[in-house]
Amino acid sequence: MEPIIAELQSQFGVEQIVPQAGRDGIPTAWIPRSMILDVLRYLKSVDKPYRMLFDLTAIDERTRRHRRGQPAGDFTVVYHLLSFERNEDIRLKAALEGEEPEVPSATGIWASANWYEREIWDMFGIRFEGHPHLRRILMPRDWKGHPLRKEHPARATEMGPFTMPEEVHDYREKILQFDPEEWGMVRRKGESDLMFLNLGPQHPGTHGPFRIILQLDGEEIVDMVLDIGFHHRAAEKMCERQSWHTFVPYTDRIDYLAGVQNEFSYVQSVELLAGIRVPDRAKVIRILMAELFRIISHLVWYGTFAQDLGAMSPVFYMFNDRERALDIVQAVTGARMHPGWFRIGGVAQDLPQGWDRQFRDFVKYLRPHLDEYDGMVLKNRIFKARTQGIGQYTIDEAIDWGVTGPGLRAAGLEWDFRKQRPYSGYDQFQFDIPTGKNGDCYDRSVIHVEEMRQSLWIIEQCVDNMPEGPYKSTDSGSVPAIKEKTMQDIETLIHHFLGVSWGPVVPPGEAITQVEAPKGCNAYYLISDGNTAAYRARIRTPSFPHLQMIPLFSRGLLVSDLLAILGSIDFVMGDVDR
Amino acid sequence: MNEIARTAITIVVLLAALMTVAAGLIWVERRLLAVWQNRYGPNRVGPLGLFQVVADMIKIFTKEDWIAPFSDKKVFIIAPAIVFVAVLSAFAVIPFAPGIAVAELDVGLLFFLAMSSMSAYSVVLAGWASDSKYSLLGALRATAQMLSYEVFMGLSLMGVVILTGSFNLRHIVEAQEGMWFCIPQILGLLIFLGAGIAETHRAPFDLPEAESELIAGFHSEYSGMKFGMFFVGEYLGVTLISAMITTLFFGGWLGPFFPPIVWFVIKTSVFIAFFVLLRASLPRPRYDQLMSFGWKVMLPLSLLNVLVTGAIVLWRST
Repeated sequence: MEPIIAELQSQFGVEQIVPQAGRDGIPTAWIPRSMILDVLRYLKSVDKPYRMLFDLTAIDERTRRHRRGQPAGDFTVVYHLLSFERNEDIRLKAALEGEEPEVPSATGIWASANWYEREIWDMFGIRFEGHPHLRRILMPRDWKGHPLRKEHPARATEMGPFTMPEEVHDYREKILQFDPEEWGMVRRKGESDLMFLNLGPQHPGTHGPFRIILQLDGEEIVDMVLDIGFHHRAAEKMCERQSWHTFVPYTDRIDYLAGVQNEFSYVQSVELLAGIRVPDRAKVIRILMAELFRIISHLVWYGTFAQDLGAMSPVFYMFNDRERALDIVQAVTGARMHPGWFRIGGVAQDLPQGWDRQFRDFVKYLRPHLDEYDGMVLKNRIFKARTQGIGQYTIDEAIDWGVTGPGLRAAGLEWDFRKQRPYSGYDQFQFDIPTGKNGDCYDRSVIHVEEMRQSLWIIEQCVDNMPEGPYKSTDSGSVPAIKEKTMQDIETLIHHFLGVSWGPVVPPGEAITQVEAPKGCNAYYLISDGNTAAYRARIRTPSFPHLQMIPLFSRGLLVSDLLAILGSIDFVMGDVDR
Repeated sequence: MNEIARTAITIVVLLAALMTVAAGLIWVERRLLAVWQNRYGPNRVGPLGLFQVVADMIKIFTKEDWIAPFSDKKVFIIAPAIVFVAVLSAFAVIPFAPGIAVAELDVGLLFFLAMSSMSAYSVVLAGWASDSKYSLLGALRATAQMLSYEVFMGLSLMGVVILTGSFNLRHIVEAQEGMWFCIPQILGLLIFLGAGIAETHRAPFDLPEAESELIAGFHSEYSGMKFGMFFVGEYLGVTLISAMITTLFFGGWLGPFFPPIVWFVIKTSVFIAFFVLLRASLPRPRYDQLMSFGWKVMLPLSLLNVLVTGAIVLWRST
């Protein structure tokens, strides 16, 4: 048993804390509903504390078959905490009985629990006592039912045809109207009337359908309410009906700028569940493509951020460069932004002939160009004036709100999942983790740019040291089985046939893998019930907590600053709403 | 009689030329930006894409001209016309070449300043009449920006006036026979340039529009030809400021070999291209930064410029 579980048992009683074995090695324990807050508080203040609420989600257990050794219950809430000092996580689960169970809200311990709890209420119908604004967050306000409950239909064919007559349209518009009183906001401050400005969901500065309602005094931001969910496609629900194999392309669309970076976490979680070993060549190919996509994603960020600040030209240069990178992606995978190219057990094909030259040329091309862009953007005095000291947060605030990725490093914490928890062989590579000091918009920009240089370095190492060998595992469960063998070998043919027609069966279990995606930590928490599809898939994305934090460091600034902050955070709404 | 006919012809020719230039600038700006941004720009319609202008014109004239139902309709309609009229009137005093000017006013420079101030009304009224929050914010920014930069614009030109001893633009050009004023009045030139960009609210001082923040700022609610008026008004403003820089600091029509009018056109074109280059290269400062730059840097500098120029002129004359 892990030491932290033993510590919890000695603190709260052996009967109360029931450990559960997992495939991912994260200490997991069941705790009674009544003790949730005590245990969370204890873990947050314990020696070498678990300071980050990494994820908070729920599982509908009502139709699950393989639950041996787990307490009975209709629903489960799962708290995933992260300790930077220990470099260790802990997963706490609480079983809940009944159709609409209640749980005490953790918003008093982590303010970041706010959105997570609203999401659980929205998706599962689990209520949180003491939550300040428990209302739907992703679904429309008038939605009937809670989508991630098992009885909720998953396909359009299970529901009546969709129509939107005029009355419904008008009604939908009406319920979107903002009512300040509902959020405890005042309309007047002293002598002046406050203005409520609706920014988005269609606005050039919000990078996707994201709505911010600003409470303004002149141009100064007094407070704001964030409204998300316009990009919600229920990816988690889709994962419950796609086969393990056919869900891969869906992951691309989560952070739609980062392509294979999404697949990375997903296939690794499945491999962990199914016990598939990935050959070295496949691992390095994955890193190669993932780093290329990090550059692609960062280039988009670079250009659009400059444009948010009114610089017109950089975006054209960066998109031009990104196009070169996408050409390589196209040569390797056949697709551009959403290749759907990682497979359970490896990648879809071997690298094409001449791939190394293309990568080398790209590295050689981009390096001097990045230096040139420094002069155009980062060293520009107006750019500095617009970003330095704007949107600042400290390391403690960042950790408390669940910030990962460049945003966390900009505040000064040297934390990169590729270094701290190397996956897919990242420990074999040399690269630095750039960190900032001030945690402002400028530091976040510098770190993004520096990360591109580091990625170029990693790509070079991949090109120089690409191992020989198969590009896909031959373990059973790896899908689809290697095509060339299917015509020679009856075993492989059967595997191929089953994997493609029905889908691979993954043994029951739970696993999460964390990946350092361009925007922060991406993690797929997959639960298999021994079936051809996931029983529950939780997609923990970095942008969701990042957005939640915006009001904290935007109050008192001007509207222009808010746009700088939005640009510097580097989010896409697909990554927030899933 | 002869005099009147002459003026009438000048006016007609000037109007025609200016409208062509303003429309042509759409193409020029897009092509130039494309060059600096590593792309092609409009190159499909006609030779070098020149007929793009015609296509744009047809489009903008035939577009639905939507008047926001919640707006103050009369003001909403008048606002775009103001900028147009004001800028065109200002061209009346510019001496394009010896003898080619609509009106040779002895207070030509003051007339130019007055007319360019008028265009501030256009932006403010448009933003106010639209009755939209984004337009309002844009109009508020425009008011503050244009009023403050008005001050330095006027002050920055006083050096030129002191050196010439006249507000008459023809006299100012003639006074530059020996040396262009861009050398003794370099400070005045820089301040006028900054104020000119702010006055025409071109990037990087395009805060009243600030497309990534305020959608389109003061003209968010405008469409069709009313939007087109703002659009053309902006290009006319750029042409006006460039022509003024030429006249006041770069010797107007003066220059060897070519006829005077050619020199004037060449010089003005260079400054127009410079305006486009600025747009292509700089990010936009924040509203309060722009204001504090104006009042804390531009104002003292322009006052200093007047003081030093005045002192030197006095010292020389004694």
